[in-house]
Amino acid sequence: MAFIKSKDLVHEYIRRDEEGNVESIQTALDHVNLNIEPGQFISILGHNGSGKSTFAKHINALLTPSEGMILVDGMNTSDEEYTFSVRQAAGMVFQNPDNQIIASVVDEDVAFGPENIGIPTDQIIERVENALKMVGMYKYKSHSPNKLSGGQKQRVAIAGVMAMEPKCIILDEPTAMLDPDGRADVLRAVHELNKLKHITVILITHYMEEVVDSDYVYVMEKGKIFMEGKPREIFKDVEKLKEHSLDVPQVTLLAHELKKAGVPLSDCILTRQELVDELVKIKKGGQI
Amino acid sequence: MLRDITIGQYYPADSVLHSLDPRVKLFATLVFIITLFGANNIFLFAFVLVTLIGIIKLSHVPFSFMVRGLRAIVVLLVIAGLFNMFLTPGRELVRFGFLKITDVGLKNAVLMTSRMVLLIIGTSVMTLTTTPNQLTDGLEKSFGFLKKVGVSVHEIALMMSIALRFIPILVEETDKIMKAQMARGADFESGNIFQKAKNMVPLLVPLFVSAFRRANDLSYAMEARCYNGGEGRTKMRPLKYSSLDQRAYICIFTYIILFYAVKFVM
Repeated sequence: MAFIKSKDLVHEYIRRDEEGNVESIQTALDHVNLNIEPGQFISILGHNGSGKSTFAKHINALLTPSEGMILVDGMNTSDEEYTFSVRQAAGMVFQNPDNQIIASVVDEDVAFGPENIGIPTDQIIERVENALKMVGMYKYKSHSPNKLSGGQKQRVAIAGVMAMEPKCIILDEPTAMLDPDGRADVLRAVHELNKLKHITVILITHYMEEVVDSDYVYVMEKGKIFMEGKPREIFKDVEKLKEHSLDVPQVTLLAHELKKAGVPLSDCILTRQELVDELVKIKKGGQI
Repeated sequence: MLRDITIGQYYPADSVLHSLDPRVKLFATLVFIITLFGANNIFLFAFVLVTLIGIIKLSHVPFSFMVRGLRAIVVLLVIAGLFNMFLTPGRELVRFGFLKITDVGLKNAVLMTSRMVLLIIGTSVMTLTTTPNQLTDGLEKSFGFLKKVGVSVHEIALMMSIALRFIPILVEETDKIMKAQMARGADFESGNIFQKAKNMVPLLVPLFVSAFRRANDLSYAMEARCYNGGEGRTKMRPLKYSSLDQRAYICIFTYIILFYAVKFVM
């Protein structure tokens, strides 16, 4: 059964004036339908305002649908009885690393989640240690988060979610405020969680390079899912993506341009290694 | 200047004071403050001072780190000192025009400023050796009885710990905004006090906006991690008294008895 099942999901931000009359309605999600299987690595791409963050907040029951419904691990998020079970099943990491760390010491922050759900003391310590080891931050456990780099803080935030032992982790633009090194560290940690612990990962981003290794990609625009498929299928259509002013990974773009210029490359190249291999093959074959 | 605020900053080290229960340290700080203001002669004052020096030695926190907290209140200290010195009635020692220094005034000025210095140092010993979370845990436990009369102790404690966590972040932000506004020609230096206060507006408005934004983000992050008030929460490190804490309590009570014995005899 699908881990996350969204059916005709609609979310409207309603702005009211002082008397409570509706001033304007902004549809952030417009009949979104999708199914996410457990253990997958899913990416959701889109511009600012495409509704991708709103969708993420629905998976975590931080927002509830205006219409339609979303089931997380079989639980309807609109049902208040399940709110906390949903949040425990699907943890969420936010964009700004500073604004999601509650405590002044790393391990106390990681313990915040397990403390909230009432885990007994000795198990909390074990969970915190495991979670910090998973993201490679164990040696910083008694540091102050203020002294860590952005990437390290973000990994602490991931550990904070992992300590609640969720089945799924949603990352809402986790790398948007990080430098390239921090980005690489965070993504490596997330991929490891997916591979080793079989945690379902939903990565929301607007960096195309981060999407390449995922199992399935959704591209959102104006509250709708406007493309979906495996990364290779998505990036095959360079022209369509460009039309909607979405980037493709640099290598893919280069390959696309080369192909347009007459180099007989295959259709969709996602990594640098693939491009090198193909070019070498072509050169050996004497096709240029 | 803004970086000098050491209140609420934790200095990680391995010392006896660091491993004490926060409730013990809170109680000790309270006792320290009471005795500090009860010390009305030089012997008692010296007694308090020696105790404090001993405690600082025990804390393994570099002394320079504690003094740093004083820099932020130098102005306050000077003003308080001067007011006490010139405006206290008593036997006149020196006179400059309408200002005069009296014996009582001089004594008060010295006593007042040194009390304030010791107060700041003494309380920062506590905050430097106690993580904010421990501190709020300690407060939550110590004032737990107020829950019965309808005070939301847990919420207040959490608010305090979050405030402490965000002090350095907001200080950094203030610095950033200040520089950004100065780059666009804002002037925070010149003018009289009213103009200066008025010039703070372009600093405070963006600071408040960003603080509210952060608060909003944080509330989402807390809810996403199943925060649901104090009910049914467990603790990673629940407060438990150890034999070390018992010995500390004995020391504190010995100190109180000694202090009042000296005070009574004098």
